[in-house]
Amino acid sequence: MDRMDLSCLESAPRSRAAELCPADLMSQSVSGSSFPLPQVQDMDAFQRDAMAYIKPNHGTTTLGFIFEHGVIVAVDSRASSGTYISSQTVKKVIEINPFLLGTMAGGAADCQFWQRNLGMRCRLYELNNNRRISVRAASKLLANTMFSYKGMGLSMGTMIAGYDPTGPALWYVDSDGQRTSGKVFSVGSGSLYAYGVLDNGYKWDMAVEDAIELGQRSIYHATFRDAVSGGTVSVYHVTKDGWTKVRGVDVGQLHYKYYPECDLHPCHGKPPI
Amino acid sequence: MSIFEYNGAAIIAMAGKNCVAIGSDLRFGVQFQTLATDYQKIYKIHDHLYLGLAGLGTDAQTLSQRFVFKHNLYKLREERNIKPSTFGEMVSSTLYEKRFGPYFCSPVIAGLEEAKDGTWQPYLCGMDTIGAIEKAHDFMVAGTAPDSLSGMCESTWKPDMEPDELFETLSQCLLSGVDRDALSGWGGIVNVITKDQVITRTLKGRMD
Repeated sequence: MDRMDLSCLESAPRSRAAELCPADLMSQSVSGSSFPLPQVQDMDAFQRDAMAYIKPNHGTTTLGFIFEHGVIVAVDSRASSGTYISSQTVKKVIEINPFLLGTMAGGAADCQFWQRNLGMRCRLYELNNNRRISVRAASKLLANTMFSYKGMGLSMGTMIAGYDPTGPALWYVDSDGQRTSGKVFSVGSGSLYAYGVLDNGYKWDMAVEDAIELGQRSIYHATFRDAVSGGTVSVYHVTKDGWTKVRGVDVGQLHYKYYPECDLHPCHGKPPI
Repeated sequence: MSIFEYNGAAIIAMAGKNCVAIGSDLRFGVQFQTLATDYQKIYKIHDHLYLGLAGLGTDAQTLSQRFVFKHNLYKLREERNIKPSTFGEMVSSTLYEKRFGPYFCSPVIAGLEEAKDGTWQPYLCGMDTIGAIEKAHDFMVAGTAPDSLSGMCESTWKPDMEPDELFETLSQCLLSGVDRDALSGWGGIVNVITKDQVITRTLKGRMD
């Protein structure tokens, strides 16, 4: 009788490294064991202290949705530490490959590193199998990585959006190891505000231009209400031909486009003078 | 998070030549949630005296009402408006009354005071929550973005500005300063006080 394949029960990063990376230098970045652990008694307390030095990208609004003509991904661009705005020009959409996009919320370094790592593994998959990886499989690679590091302090809330032979796809993956597919997602501190606009305007059969506008508008409204979201709104559209960046608008101008008359805004009850 | 950062505020006062200006942002929020963008943080005491209150919104409103009340009593007794420097001392002693349970506000006072030679000279001061007066001849800032605001003021303020230039300078300082603070911004308002008039203008700013 054939032995049952139990490789999935082994330490996940290590087994994948052996399987996918022929060269030693590859295993450096894939293998979990390449990250040295601090020699301390109380790992939890050390992690808590160490997290203070890691630049969190808390204060973010990202969204993605599937509709008839593909996937829309829209994000803001602000990075803040506490109440200080450390940057207004952060790139929160990570272009994994021409058919896959990842969004960034949580720890900036964790998102950037692991999605770059995912890009590499997707490329290796292509070379081994002579076809592109499905979005489903790509998102699972990332989710399994996240699960293998569970409890070690990674912080990542991401959406993996893309297009494969099965059609458009959108997956939510986070550092807890959760992985969910869905039509509409929003992640980050401004996500509730974005959901409000997005759910209200979403229709399956909307035109591409309307979908782009909905994504942009949802992010704009989130940046208005959420103090730690802002900067510029970037919108991406994914089709069977891959992704294209379709918008990049400064919120400073966007507000006065949507509300040319200041007094018409609901937050501006009466003229201040 | 500090109670001083519960609502968010940015206030600047600047001295010019025979004029003084005081401006603030317009956001009212609860922590990271913006609720209104027409919220006044500067209170008029009389034609030559304005008071800015940064910090906890509820305490700022209470204090502003107490100061208006006290100024009304002062006018009944003295039959004239209070001098900005006298008002500053009054604010200070009012705050110190609550030494062991302070109002969570830091005030900025901007006014014009008639000098012995008959000219109107700017009076500018700020305070901590329990009334330690800090007089300034150039500018004063308060709120949740004091570092970026004072940085802007430090590099752009110069002595003896006329009202127009003073307005321009203060506005630029305010708009640029709040761009680095998550809790203030969403437009601004600036009052330029001269001997004969007060010019009040609202500023369009980034709304994120």
